[in-house]
Amino acid sequence: MIYREAGQFKTTYAADQAIFPIAQDRVVVALAIAAAFLVPPLAGSEYWLQAVLIPLLIYSLAAIGLNLLTGYAGQLSLGTGGFMAVGAYAAFKITTAFPQVNIIVVFLVSGLFAAGVGLLFGIPSLRIKGFYLAVATLAAQFFLVWLFNKVAWFSNYASSGTITAPPRTVFGVMVTGPEATAPARYVVALTLVVLFALAAKNLVRGRIGRSWMAIRDRDIAAEIIGVRPLRTKLLAFGISSFYCGVAGAELVFLYLGSAETLAFDITISFLILFMVIIGGLGSILGSFLGAAFIVLVPIFLTNAPHALGLSVPVALQKQVELMIFGGLILFFLIVEPHGLARLWQIAKEKLRLWPFPH
Amino acid sequence: MTDGTPAAPLLEVCEISVRFGALMALSRVSLEVQPGEVVAIIGPNGAGKTTLINCISGFYHPFEGRIRFAGRDRTHLSPPDVAELGIARTFQNVALFKGMSVLDNIMTGRLLKMRGSFVLEALYVGPAKRQEMEHRAFVERIIDFLEIQAIRKTSAGRLPYGLQKRVELARALAAEPKLLLLDEPMAGMNVEEKEDMCRFILDVNQEFGTTIALIEHDMGVVMDISDRVAVLDYGIKIADGKPDEVRQNPAVIDAYLGVTHS
Repeated sequence: MIYREAGQFKTTYAADQAIFPIAQDRVVVALAIAAAFLVPPLAGSEYWLQAVLIPLLIYSLAAIGLNLLTGYAGQLSLGTGGFMAVGAYAAFKITTAFPQVNIIVVFLVSGLFAAGVGLLFGIPSLRIKGFYLAVATLAAQFFLVWLFNKVAWFSNYASSGTITAPPRTVFGVMVTGPEATAPARYVVALTLVVLFALAAKNLVRGRIGRSWMAIRDRDIAAEIIGVRPLRTKLLAFGISSFYCGVAGAELVFLYLGSAETLAFDITISFLILFMVIIGGLGSILGSFLGAAFIVLVPIFLTNAPHALGLSVPVALQKQVELMIFGGLILFFLIVEPHGLARLWQIAKEKLRLWPFPH
Repeated sequence: MTDGTPAAPLLEVCEISVRFGALMALSRVSLEVQPGEVVAIIGPNGAGKTTLINCISGFYHPFEGRIRFAGRDRTHLSPPDVAELGIARTFQNVALFKGMSVLDNIMTGRLLKMRGSFVLEALYVGPAKRQEMEHRAFVERIIDFLEIQAIRKTSAGRLPYGLQKRVELARALAAEPKLLLLDEPMAGMNVEEKEDMCRFILDVNQEFGTTIALIEHDMGVVMDISDRVAVLDYGIKIADGKPDEVRQNPAVIDAYLGVTHS
């Protein structure tokens, strides 16, 4: 009864094509964003901000990036970690070379570097598809990590090979480096992910998104209506890598503080891919849900025995945790192969009718 | 051939040949399509009808012969180039974008008419938004025309077969083509759906003035709606003329009934 669109008439195509055509959705999303900006920085503990919410937002951004490429344009990629590394190392090089440049601008420029590298590694996508393309992007993953490891110039000849986020401010507030507070870093990450999610949504509901989905769903039919495959796929690789690059820069500057290439190894590529698959291929909301699932469920499992008053040996608990986590992933994929976003959509459709049967 | 007017043909296929290995799929086939015509291409299975359509739409390139469209040679263009010239087509086995809504599917037909930069579109402001609305308005006219208002927001993959064919036609029409190629638009349809489809094809031809070349097996349909019929058999054009003439043509009757000349 609450979630009803009856009486909401659309008089323009603009209203019909809005991101949230139903008024209730708009209210809920506005409230959620307001809450996300206000509640955690004021009420959240250091632990929640630093260990949960900040990585959640950064992973969401990377997942949106990969979702544009894999979920919308249908190009399977395992190079996410490599493109994130490009963003991180580019940000490090830029901000150490030009300390006066605003760190947000540095993030965006690093994204452009990642986009350039993504374009380069996207070229094989014209000829190869599916799993074979995944293997080709795997080459990007290994090559880029190897490159940053091997060439000391990228880490400014640090003996440990580690890049460390120097202190930088935005509007006079310290947002990176050891003195930056968790709330400040959180707000920067949140602002970026909200803006980029909006931009991604705008892209996928317009001309570009349709050409991506056309290539994904039926490439032959896409060509016959004038979609040029190479240009379209490369654009997807470029924009996707831009998102991943910004996320990679954030990962070092807002979350880890300092990192080696190990932070960008193949594990993170798989992690982001799992987020996209579990959250829902071809859904911006799904990118957030998938990231939340992967980040929050292990934390929940770790704390569940304690909350239930059970005392489990630590070693055993760690194993059980992994087993339950893996089981949950399988469960969700069997129940709804199209991901959490699809479950959410089904719930909304049911809610529209509730409490009437038809 | 048709009415003897000297108007330049919209499409000229001159003696094209296509070979797959040892099989001559088309040998020296010629076809002319005049502006405003409805031309049917018929023939038994494996006669090369779809190969001919695939050559025209740029999927195959003939190893000899030329294809001219609107007076320009365009034998070796790629499918997107062909689309830019104003040729749209549908497929024998429906090739819709199953993950997208009907509306989005038809909107893809407008992609060639849309311009813009991804930065503006990411912001969804100014020209990017305006262009979305203009094309939506156009697409709505086609939706009205083909009477598919009720399924606008349905996912294309969930539609029954007959409606999928209609949506595919809508997508082709959205491109405002000069020449529309229909590969078996009525295959697998029941009588009512066929009648609807015939009506739509004739309406498209008359209201939009679109030139149409179609492949069809249902002879009743072919004789009813086409101005001219070309018959292929084993990659060779054996007849070309008005429906009544073709119906009387002994070579055509032989090809269909399998009678051998003695």
